[in-house]
Amino acid sequence: MKLQISTSLALYSVLEFAARSGNQVSTAEIAAKYEVSTHHLAKVLRELVRAGIIESTRGVGGGYRFRANAKRLTLMDVIELFEDISARSGEPGASTDVGRALGVVLTEIDEIAKATFRSMTIDTMLKLIERHSSGGAGKERPAKKRARGARASA
Amino acid sequence: MSASPHSGAESRVRPVQAGDLDQIIAIDAEVTGERKTDYWYELFHRYGAGHSRQRLFLVAEAGREIQGFIIGEVRDWEFGSPPCGWVFGISVRPRARLAGIGTRLLEAICAGFRRAGVGKVRTLITRDNGLVLSFFRSQGMMAAPFIPLERDLR
Repeated sequence: MKLQISTSLALYSVLEFAARSGNQVSTAEIAAKYEVSTHHLAKVLRELVRAGIIESTRGVGGGYRFRANAKRLTLMDVIELFEDISARSGEPGASTDVGRALGVVLTEIDEIAKATFRSMTIDTMLKLIERHSSGGAGKERPAKKRARGARASA
Repeated sequence: MSASPHSGAESRVRPVQAGDLDQIIAIDAEVTGERKTDYWYELFHRYGAGHSRQRLFLVAEAGREIQGFIIGEVRDWEFGSPPCGWVFGISVRPRARLAGIGTRLLEAICAGFRRAGVGKVRTLITRDNGLVLSFFRSQGMMAAPFIPLERDLR
């Protein structure tokens, strides 16, 4: 499963907003950090607002704020807003014997990817970012230390 | 899921006893929709006797009520892997969820695995079991270097 640029931008943005839950973050700040155009990012953020994941804030330095439940929202919930994740179809050669066999393998890969995206909540991602960041072995976390009190439980 | 009348902190994790089995069978039946009495009695005899450091069957109890249970064992050199702990059963009473009971059960069995001398814990979950998959993810578990395979025998 290859993610489109808009989808990646949406995931970066959601994680930025969730990491600073309660605080507003401007489009310009995210655009600068991820080196993308504010125009493209603005379109992505409008979709996230429509889905109720973030909300716009007015006033001086207006921007957006996270409003979803980080313990319930999954990566797949965000991805589905921007990608068609339905079963493969219409690919050249798909109706041939070879195409069908190859389709079985590619579908198997897709199903594993989907299950992984469905299992990762935003809260879990924030923990993962923090763990990699504090360990110094991973990538930079998207924002300041995440908000307190976001520990998941079963 | 509704909030629990007992928090995870109020519950006590201890080894299973024969008198817990009726409640364990009832929790499993409520969650899976299938009552497996013989299966649970057999598991109790294999894992609940408490004389093996490598086999753990624990329950979380609040008051006189069993809130959940977890089962696992240390397996040596299976699948080409050095000894590690495997969790193959965990369940929390639906009305006791979101209180940290699953987290406490997992922490307790991991402590048991550490005492048994292993430094890794693994589990296996069906891809469509989003609830349990997300729980283990929230506990920091990531994909293991294995791919489960199967085929029909008929």
